[in-house]
Amino acid sequence: MIDIQNLSKRYGEVQAIKSISLEVKANELFGLIGPDGAGKTTLFRILTTLLIADSGTASLDGMDPVLDYKKIREMIGYMPGRFSLYQDLSVEENLNFFATVFDTTIEENYDLIADIYKQIEPFKKRIAGKLSGGMKQKLALSCALIHKPKILILDEPTTGVDAVSRMEFWQMLKRLQQKGITILVSTPYMDEASLCDRVALIQNGEILTVDTPQNITHGFPKKLWAINAANKYQLINDLRSHPKTATVYPFGEFVHVTAKNNELEINEIISYLESKGNQGVFSEEIVATIEDCFMELMNTSINN
Amino acid sequence: MKDEIEIRVRNLVKKFGNFVANDNLNFDVYKGEIFGFLGANGAGKTTAMRILCGLSHPTSGELTVAGYDIYKQTELIKKNIGYMSQKFSLYDDLNIVENMELYGGIYGLSRKHIKLRVEELLYKLNMEASRNTLIADLPLGWKQKLAFSVAMFHKPRIVFLDEPTGGVDPITRRQFWDLIYEAAHDGITVFVTTHYMDEAEYCDRVTIMVDGRIDALDTPGRLKEKYQATTMNEVFIKVARPDFQLTMDN
Repeated sequence: MIDIQNLSKRYGEVQAIKSISLEVKANELFGLIGPDGAGKTTLFRILTTLLIADSGTASLDGMDPVLDYKKIREMIGYMPGRFSLYQDLSVEENLNFFATVFDTTIEENYDLIADIYKQIEPFKKRIAGKLSGGMKQKLALSCALIHKPKILILDEPTTGVDAVSRMEFWQMLKRLQQKGITILVSTPYMDEASLCDRVALIQNGEILTVDTPQNITHGFPKKLWAINAANKYQLINDLRSHPKTATVYPFGEFVHVTAKNNELEINEIISYLESKGNQGVFSEEIVATIEDCFMELMNTSINN
Repeated sequence: MKDEIEIRVRNLVKKFGNFVANDNLNFDVYKGEIFGFLGANGAGKTTAMRILCGLSHPTSGELTVAGYDIYKQTELIKKNIGYMSQKFSLYDDLNIVENMELYGGIYGLSRKHIKLRVEELLYKLNMEASRNTLIADLPLGWKQKLAFSVAMFHKPRIVFLDEPTGGVDPITRRQFWDLIYEAAHDGITVFVTTHYMDEAEYCDRVTIMVDGRIDALDTPGRLKEKYQATTMNEVFIKVARPDFQLTMDN
């Protein structure tokens, strides 16, 4: 449905995206995962016809963002990272406005947005500027959907939103996917990767890897240990000072550790930690998370 | 070290007209503690934090911060705390050293003292080679570390961090937490809000605010036990939205 080949864009000195190639299949829920400044927004702005690439090609359902920009604009729904609805129009007026621009009505496509819009309908007379973060997000999604797009492109819809609202938002996306829409969504939250069919990890304008979340985590190239002890600060410092550890990263309740040359005997580490006075040392070998993989790929690309 | 109370809050109420933003909050924060302050958007976190920083007055309640009274000694409180907001407060068109000097001056430190502290921080942050770089030209992760250091410039007893790690890559986010751990180890009290639930696990104790109230306050371990959850994310959802269905219905 979306085909991207060697796309590059530079702003003065800054190479925002470097020869990116990607394919998003029809009806896929595809995640673009990376921190601020990785190039996610630049890529989306090119796909949504708002920015012209320096080189490379893209096609959306067979159409070119430069040549067929009018058709693409009718076919896609785009929710930009910054809230871009009219703050001084009410909820209902905003939705009506977007419906009218696309030559349709709220009634005509109500079934598509009903699930989302119902949650904010009690506040339909309130001006958009006075809505809470979660409600703005639902209104923006409703407006992006009101013309029944084939492809939905969402730029960091869950940034700055609390954990519960993020979960709710992803449930809404899953339901939209079931209605046949192809969804391309970006996020800086690594834990959201597992909710996508496939993901691309992106950093400094380059794709680190593209695959299903499961293939990425199972492809982690090293043994990975989760270690815990009573005093986290001491544990981290002791692990880092051990000559055989390669990476030592706090991960929620645990510290994730890999070894240089993959040659770490865990018993050796445990007795070392205990000799340093760590209490309640616990360790187990684990399967990597997307975040472990992202950091590993970052380190590899830095070393190259 | 951790039995000395640095922040004491009793019956804190803050109303805006009829809206109750903080509904009778009670808690203590101890010296050298990393105290996580969580809650859904609009739960009242920022309101409480602004009161503790002396930027806003409570409607009622008794509060002391660093031993000073929140009503009568706000200027003394401000001298003893550092604050880093999610939007930072660095000047884009000043360079790294100029930003540090500016804050040192605002806190009334002597020129000599400022000079020493600037060098100390540049060394610690490994930013000596970039000392004359404008803030506008720095990567986000650098700005975050620098904003933290500037908030710590006058060696405050307590530092307030409002969503300090948004948007950066996972390695930079962890480097930032290294700074937090180190500060706490040095006896500085860290009061932090975040939307990353894995970061909640790094805190000594965690508060979860719901509709202006504190509905949970304990160590991450005990909270997980109490709510029969394996992660703080689950705890958060169970506390903040008890009626929420965790399953993905597809």
